[in-house]
Amino acid sequence: MLSVADLKKGTKLILDGDPYVITAFDFVKPGKGQALYKCKMKNMVSGSTLDRTYRSGESFEPAGMDERDMEYLYKEGTHYTFMDQVNYEQVVMEEDTVGDAKNFLLENTKVSVLLFGEKPIGVTLPNFINLRVTQTDPWLKGDTSGSDSKPATVETGYVLRVPPFIEENEIIVIDTRTGEYSTRVKG
Amino acid sequence: MHSGFLHRRAHVIQAVRQYFIERGFLEVETPVRIPANAPEEYIDPVSTLPWQLQTSPEICMKRLLCRGYEKIFQICHCWRANERGSRHLPEFTMLEWYRSNADYHDLKKDCIGLLQHIANVCTEDSCFSRNGIKINPNNAWLNISVQESFLRFSNTDALTSVKNGQFDDLLTSLIEPALEKENVPVFLTDYPAQMAALAQISHDNPDFAERFELYVGGVELANGFSELTDYLEQKSRFEKANQIRRHLGKNELPLPEPFLKELSAMPPSAGIAMGIDRLVMLAIGADSIDQVVAFTPESL
Repeated sequence: MLSVADLKKGTKLILDGDPYVITAFDFVKPGKGQALYKCKMKNMVSGSTLDRTYRSGESFEPAGMDERDMEYLYKEGTHYTFMDQVNYEQVVMEEDTVGDAKNFLLENTKVSVLLFGEKPIGVTLPNFINLRVTQTDPWLKGDTSGSDSKPATVETGYVLRVPPFIEENEIIVIDTRTGEYSTRVKG
Repeated sequence: MHSGFLHRRAHVIQAVRQYFIERGFLEVETPVRIPANAPEEYIDPVSTLPWQLQTSPEICMKRLLCRGYEKIFQICHCWRANERGSRHLPEFTMLEWYRSNADYHDLKKDCIGLLQHIANVCTEDSCFSRNGIKINPNNAWLNISVQESFLRFSNTDALTSVKNGQFDDLLTSLIEPALEKENVPVFLTDYPAQMAALAQISHDNPDFAERFELYVGGVELANGFSELTDYLEQKSRFEKANQIRRHLGKNELPLPEPFLKELSAMPPSAGIAMGIDRLVMLAIGADSIDQVVAFTPESL
């Protein structure tokens, strides 16, 4: 168990069954009064935030988190299935939990999945990921519109801005942290 | 020569010293390691078995009043276990001053004079600053009773909130944020009698004590009161504090017996403790107490 002395920014604990991370913390103590531990916390599953004030003597259950190397297998409806690379167990994640990562997930992509107990609560992709362009308009030489980028759709269905010289079927590198074009893979 | 925060800190401390010396106060030193502090419900001394480090120099300074010293001040280190936050260090610097034949009204006058002196001597615009707000001690100060502040800012009766155990919560979540917006220093005055600590109960209303806290920019800077001189009453408050500590699962603290014995010889007096680190914070506009000390405990 954790005590109030363990509370600080970044501490993960369980509240009403959900994992929370402390995003802001302060210790206050009015003159001659009792110590109060003021926390801003974020629900690690839903992302919602709340404020809580604790007193000396309270205790907390630490939120045990486990990060596992997994491979993305397939999607069925709004369920995404991943497979643990060590024990080959499969876990299923809701589309909401996968979040923006779904824009870059191709079958067999290696990812890292954050587990709270048995429950997957987040997925982290490699910072850079290669995807094939499936649709983009050709670059018209002599285009005088002055535009230095154009829309392109990649094989996951994600649409982003790319330089005008990118052609269909080319493979490009996307920064998954920003969702932006990084470079093209010469091949 | 650079004029970093340690230069400004030294300047504030020197100005404090100058202020009291010029007004006839005697600077004293008392032992920091003592057999017993004044037991309090929520203040945990640092133990150096079998004695303790002082949580405040009050016990020894009041014994000096009993010996006939009339106006004394001290700037010293104090220790309070497990207190660490943006305004708390477990080891911090305290200013305390005492006047005999005086009450808490006299201390309020001292506060006004001292803070005006510090602001005028140690800041460029004669103002303290906190969260972008300028607090000018040269303008008329606000004096608001605890009861009035609770009725105004929390819509509750202060005495009821003490009974319900909500006093500290309401104070920190509603009252202090309201005081944060004031651009003059604020006396929050006449605390409920249950929070009298070592203060005299008010002659006019026994539900309240002659105790005040000084707030500047929402920062609690000082706690002053008319001193309780009744030996039996003081002893029973200490014992009650120990009862509450036991109830909270904390260790009971030894009583400062020589202090209690001499208390009946103490003239009517008033005393106050001011956090020097916080005063420096306000003078230089620092957000955190970490910014005004040479070393934080984490950096040692």
